[in-house]
Amino acid sequence: MTILRSLIRKEALHIVRDRRTMVITLVMPVVLLLLFGFAISTEVNNVRTVVVVDRHNDQTRDIIECLQVNEYFSFVGLVADSDVERLLRDGDAEAALYLRTDVGLTSAHIVVDASNPTSAQAAAAYLQGLTEGDAKKIAVTYTLYNPQMKSAYNFVPGIMGMIFILICAIMTSVSIVSEKENGTMDLLLVSPVKPTTIIIGKLVPYFLLSCIILAIMLLMAYTVLGLPVSYTVMTVAALSLLYIILSLSIGLLVSALVSDQVSALIVSAVLFMLPVIMLSGMIFPIDNMPAALQWISCAIPARWYISAMRKLMIQRLEFSHVIREFAILGAMTAALLALALGKFRSNP
Amino acid sequence: MIKDKSPYAITVCGLTKRFGSFTAVDHISFDVAQGEIFGFLGANGAGKTTAMRMLCGLSRPTSGSGMVAGYDIRTEPEAIKRHIGYMSQRFSLYEGLTAGENIKLFATVYGMTDSAIGRATDEICRRLDMADMLSTLVKEIPIGWKQKLAFAVSTIHRPGIVFLDEPTGGVDPVMRRRFWEEIYRVSSEGMTVFVTTHYLDEAEYCDRVSIMVDGRIAALDSPDALKIRYGAATMDEVFRTVARDATRNE
Repeated sequence: MTILRSLIRKEALHIVRDRRTMVITLVMPVVLLLLFGFAISTEVNNVRTVVVVDRHNDQTRDIIECLQVNEYFSFVGLVADSDVERLLRDGDAEAALYLRTDVGLTSAHIVVDASNPTSAQAAAAYLQGLTEGDAKKIAVTYTLYNPQMKSAYNFVPGIMGMIFILICAIMTSVSIVSEKENGTMDLLLVSPVKPTTIIIGKLVPYFLLSCIILAIMLLMAYTVLGLPVSYTVMTVAALSLLYIILSLSIGLLVSALVSDQVSALIVSAVLFMLPVIMLSGMIFPIDNMPAALQWISCAIPARWYISAMRKLMIQRLEFSHVIREFAILGAMTAALLALALGKFRSNP
Repeated sequence: MIKDKSPYAITVCGLTKRFGSFTAVDHISFDVAQGEIFGFLGANGAGKTTAMRMLCGLSRPTSGSGMVAGYDIRTEPEAIKRHIGYMSQRFSLYEGLTAGENIKLFATVYGMTDSAIGRATDEICRRLDMADMLSTLVKEIPIGWKQKLAFAVSTIHRPGIVFLDEPTGGVDPVMRRRFWEEIYRVSSEGMTVFVTTHYLDEAEYCDRVSIMVDGRIAALDSPDALKIRYGAATMDEVFRTVARDATRNE
């Protein structure tokens, strides 16, 4: 035990003395959360809309009234058909709504500036909702769990999924490989210390660092970003700890497969970071992916973590709803850990 | 420290290591007596480091047998690890830790108690005259001192045998001479020293020298006997005569 303690102390001293990495590690999660929480938003507000009406009646007046009070739109004004193209081109309007009345029936046409497809899609959907069927019976949509449709809510689990891979997998693999490169790993291996003790001594400090970051991120999510606090917090923490251990196993496996720091960085980043960003559902919804990519995403731990975290943090569902994710992540952790330890023992 | 009263600290018979079709170490056999300073010479790529790694239990031999400190290198590498010290030029100490922290870390790793560590630290400071460097980061200590410190750390647990892999690489002749005084000191206390080196003048300081060529031991004797056998005035000439036919050159 004293040996393990001195190995942990050694690693902790290395982490703490590397000020730059330390600051980046602690500041980056905060910055990312704030950035995705506030600055980067897929919500669409104040869509500048013009309306073209060929004949006013009660229905068209109702729709225009709705537009004026709706916070998603800012009503630019009633314009002539011939002006629409110029307004859209100059950026003075982002959407145009044509209301035509034919034999007492009002039909709506929507034209949106799709140079930003995300906001165009959202704007079109809002407008459709506004004009659907009889304008008197404007479709009512309830948005459950995230009534204001805040994208910050959606991003928090994704950011956490990414940060832990970044810190655990990349930092651990680089630090183990650097010991191999410097040869200090050999010094430990010729000593009576067991390889397993060396590895635990290497992993524990990064585990503790990750726990600190987890605490910071949860604190921020529930205060600054205003996620609703609920009894699921404990489950969130437990799931995150499991995910941290899984990420550490990935780092350990990478360090057993490569022999220099640059490859460790590249393998961790390309093989593990990119899929987390692209395929885990963090940014792009999994349901929109081609079937093949959907299958691949099943192999990405972050997918299950993020999905469970959304259920727990946003939907505030009970533990029983995330048992599947827990089981899958648990199995993945066990498999990765067994593989990594086996590799390390046979070829330290 | 040594299990039995065998006159040999190391005995090796037919030790071989193959990597695929490449035979790095090819059936080498030799004995090292207790307390001897044994020089292990050879050009780069001759197989010195591979042979040494097998003796230290860092790598498994493909075939052949060997005993180090009375333990079998094939079946008891863990026992060997408790009875040897290891130091190399490149792999010396943790650069990001201070001298004192390195001493404490490795002493703990070798199972020393706190009071023993304290005594050993005091002794190292006194002997190497580096009490003021104890709280200096290793990366800021001059290389000559760093190597003496690494040597002191590798022998802190008083092992029966110490393996030194090119311990004096990159330092000036004065520092090298001082380093060898440390080697003589531990040897006079009964420790067996197994040392690889590039510097042929250092080979003169050894009790016996082996010269490896292409994975085999091409010559093994005391420096004086080797000089007589090859009609050479210095070990440098001996080495060049013996290694003349080497085919591996890296």
